[in-house]
Amino acid sequence: MSKLHVSTTVNGDTVEYLCDPRETLLDCLRDKLNLTGAKEGCGTGDCGACSVTVDGRLVCSCLMLGVEAEGKQIETVEGIADGDILHPLQKKMIEYAALQCGICTPGVLVAAKSLLEKNPNPTEEETRYWLAGNLCRCTGYDKIIRAVMDTAAEMREAS
Amino acid sequence: MNYHSPASFAEASALAANATGITRFLAGGTDVLVQLRSELVTPETLIDIKKIDGVSDITQNADGSWTLGVAATGAEMSEHPTLGRDWPGVVEAMDLIGSTQIQGRATLTGNLCNGSPAADSVPAMVAAGVTVTVTGPGGDREVAVEDIPTGPGKTSLTKGELISAVHIPARGDNAGDAYLRFIPRTEMDIAVVGAGVSLRLDGDTVTEARVSLGAVAPTVLLVEDCAEAIIGSTLDDTALEALAAAASAACKPIDDKRGTIAFRTEVAGVLAKRAAKIAYARAKGEDL
Repeated sequence: MSKLHVSTTVNGDTVEYLCDPRETLLDCLRDKLNLTGAKEGCGTGDCGACSVTVDGRLVCSCLMLGVEAEGKQIETVEGIADGDILHPLQKKMIEYAALQCGICTPGVLVAAKSLLEKNPNPTEEETRYWLAGNLCRCTGYDKIIRAVMDTAAEMREAS
Repeated sequence: MNYHSPASFAEASALAANATGITRFLAGGTDVLVQLRSELVTPETLIDIKKIDGVSDITQNADGSWTLGVAATGAEMSEHPTLGRDWPGVVEAMDLIGSTQIQGRATLTGNLCNGSPAADSVPAMVAAGVTVTVTGPGGDREVAVEDIPTGPGKTSLTKGELISAVHIPARGDNAGDAYLRFIPRTEMDIAVVGAGVSLRLDGDTVTEARVSLGAVAPTVLLVEDCAEAIIGSTLDDTALEALAAAASAACKPIDDKRGTIAFRTEVAGVLAKRAAKIAYARAKGEDL
């Protein structure tokens, strides 16, 4: 079986890879592009550790094929910081100690950034529902939610 | 596995008709990729229909009816400025499925073709009287949503056939719909019971109704006896009790880890009543 050629944009960079049609976008990001921020937790779309955005839409990269990325704009956790300058969400996650083992953190960051782009002033309930697809087995979620709410407040003040 | 991305439904149908072995159509992929990974289903042919023009469109037609492309996602339905005003039950039912991430990809057509009796959008579509266009080697045919699933994981679609459009009727005046499901938590779960109701009023009296139940039989049910229980009534307590009794009587559920036969049978009646009350209030113009 021959591999398929895919040309796509990841964090603003044009990239190309060859993939088997069975390989997921997550496989392609991690194994072909060495972007290992997105994690495989469940592989079935339940845990959100593989969250990325595709054309601005939050999705599980484990539930999308690598070939489907052709011509799309992909954003991953690696694109959130500006060089060494952390995004406000990343700073707040550290400040609030909103992570322990860190496996869910890249997905949480991508999902939370997507929320704040869509809704800069979410209620706590809206934030909890938006992040319901990002499972964390360490923190009990409270610190994550507080970090996101505080980031939203700070970003509203700054803008 | 061969991957195809045809430019038309006729081409997609021809590819499927001529394929050997297991064939799957790919839109949102939220069920297909899980099956692929679990090796429950290993397709030899995967046909991605998202390159076909218009598959993500949500269009209101001149007569007030709606045509949805088969790849229009739950998120796109929820974000649509007016679809949810006409059909809040259908939009809310779709929105109940999975997480934000799943909503970014999942579709009504995928939920229907996956064939789960617990599919949340399907009872809402059945209550709403939604039909689909099925494109096959012999051309197109219109099929009511309730005639697509034939059992858990099974549909009436034959080799080479696929759904190419979803049609929601014009809402019209003095009408409302609602869908409710029971799950033991608030989010990210599969329906233990679901109930959809769509009705129309003349003054305070119900003149038309369609009532559907999910997760209480091998397929989603359209329950005529439920509709008869409330048509002609003002949805008074007597009518609501008759509705609940008819809903419970229609149940043929299984016992499983999510719910017992007795629980599902009882809850079907309760949810049918609650959904009917919401649909009635919406038909009265209340914003619920």
